[in-house]
Amino acid sequence: MNGKIHGALAQFNGPAGILQAAERVREAGFTEWDVHSPYAIHGMDEAMGVRRSRLGWIVGAMAFAGFSLAVWLQWWTSTVAYPLVVAGKVYFSYQAFFPITFSLAVLFSVFGSVLGMIGLIKQSYFHPVFFSENFAKVTDDGFFVSILAKDPKFDTRATTEFLASIGGEHVELLEEK
Amino acid sequence: MSVITTQADAVIPEDVLVLGEPTLHRVTEAVSSIVERRETPLWWWVAFSISGALALNFFVMMAYLFWEGIGIFGNNIPVGWGFPIINFVFWVGIGHAGTLISAVLYLLRQYWRTSINRFSEAMTIFAVIIAGMFPGLHVGRIWVAYFMFPVPNQMSLWPNFRSALMWDIFAVGTYFTASLLFWYTGLIPDFASLRDRAKNRLAKIIYAVLALGWRGGNRQWKHYELAYLLLAAISTPLVLSVHSVVSTDFATSIIPGWHSTIFPPYFVAGAIYSGFAMVMTLAILARTVYPPIRDFINPNTMDKMAKIIMLTGMMVGYSYIMEFFVSWYSGNIYERFTFFNRVFGPFGWAAWIMIICNVVVPQVFWFRKMRRNIPVLFIASILINVGMWFERFVIVVTQHRDFLPSSWDYYKPTVFDLGMLAGSFGLFLTMFLLFLRFVPMVAMAEVKGVLPGSQVHRHRRKAADGKGATS
Repeated sequence: MNGKIHGALAQFNGPAGILQAAERVREAGFTEWDVHSPYAIHGMDEAMGVRRSRLGWIVGAMAFAGFSLAVWLQWWTSTVAYPLVVAGKVYFSYQAFFPITFSLAVLFSVFGSVLGMIGLIKQSYFHPVFFSENFAKVTDDGFFVSILAKDPKFDTRATTEFLASIGGEHVELLEEK
Repeated sequence: MSVITTQADAVIPEDVLVLGEPTLHRVTEAVSSIVERRETPLWWWVAFSISGALALNFFVMMAYLFWEGIGIFGNNIPVGWGFPIINFVFWVGIGHAGTLISAVLYLLRQYWRTSINRFSEAMTIFAVIIAGMFPGLHVGRIWVAYFMFPVPNQMSLWPNFRSALMWDIFAVGTYFTASLLFWYTGLIPDFASLRDRAKNRLAKIIYAVLALGWRGGNRQWKHYELAYLLLAAISTPLVLSVHSVVSTDFATSIIPGWHSTIFPPYFVAGAIYSGFAMVMTLAILARTVYPPIRDFINPNTMDKMAKIIMLTGMMVGYSYIMEFFVSWYSGNIYERFTFFNRVFGPFGWAAWIMIICNVVVPQVFWFRKMRRNIPVLFIASILINVGMWFERFVIVVTQHRDFLPSSWDYYKPTVFDLGMLAGSFGLFLTMFLLFLRFVPMVAMAEVKGVLPGSQVHRHRRKAADGKGATS
């Protein structure tokens, strides 16, 4: 019980409870906090006041990169590196190059979506929430609010009391063991 | 614990997605318990031995093929493509239903897809792996297969990007990568469920690594949901493009019976059709051996799949009719002869198998009772798989009588052709059995998100309309 405190965690009852709790935590002015649920809850972004994901820009840029690379690859190999007359077609026969251009644009955007998502979710195997035993329920049927200690408004006593006051159950501190 | 229900078919309302009284915990329990069972059931070992033996036979024949060359196949001139391409088109086609279910039905908000999307995506990946092997196998000189890729080489040669065969490599390669990553993205929250439930330390570590430290935070879900939506949007054109490109392998040639603009849509409809039949076969097998899955893959799901099978089946039937009509209407004697020969020539039997299985069989699904009758669905799905394999057979061996009667020949597959076809099924089932054993076969997080009462806003809106919160 003497480890460093990384934050506080409270369990809430069902999607309606957690949506209300999220609104209250946002109103209280916390910034370093999150809502954890077994599935994506619609409307939670508004309740938490978080902005829309920027992933679309990453994927758009990747699609453009894939498209450009494919055009360049096919243009360069067919006209500069290895010009070859095939069935009397012009060297840069862009109509025939479209299937591959499309494929590479798709391939790049798929990598953009998945790797971009992994980059944006602040992936970590050692997040403070994992200090809680109770937190294992989050991938089953548990709904949680976590407030991290690095939040400027975080205070060990006041924050736990606040979480309990907005209907949180099993309120606990995330302590290093 | 078990959530098997014995509700009679007639009393299930149409809009129910999961039978019984599904709660979040029961969903986790029903799906995870299959993977977590300590002892592997006996039937699994029996099935795995059979499919594994067939897969092994596939690899042995492959080794012999590399040693001896493609002379071991029945391919000849004029039937230059034979079984390897028939199998390639068949397996790529199978994959398309998985992508349709995971991408198109997601964009169309067909919530019933959540109970079948995981294993149909798995089916897609395994089918595309096998499909990708066949063109490589029949290039003959496997050690120069790298010629197919645009890599700088000592001869300063570059591939001809105007060739439909090059398009194929990029289309199928992209298709495989996109399907695999899409599948993995869907699996992240479910791997996290298995991580949190695992009692075995090794299993916990493996699932934890695979789950990428998923903590279900809404700041994660918002990126995750958008990534999923984008992947669905990106994969949607793939449903149409991949088999269209495959069809151009045929359509860009000037062989009568192949040189046709109907090929891309015809192939796409056939691909979705055959893929759905395979999803149906696998779904029925999975729910037979794993009773907890019956609540997820229930008669309502079957009904909807049967409707898609009937729709795409009729598109395929329409394509057959149009092919025959256009060959007559074109006035081209070679086209006319090809199609006459297709149904009344030496391979007429294959064409009739194709027509009966693909056009006549799905007509049983006009009846609601048939769409919900498991044995009927199973038999029909098998017949459709057979019919769709024969469709590709018919298309490929059409070449056996081309322009000059002096070059006509017959086509006979050898034991290696048949062995590799059987072997490809063996490898497919081996991978599928491993999937059933180690990976949650229903997308738990997605099912939870569409259960009645899961979404507060939808619940409120629907309640205001005076309807239930389901679907």
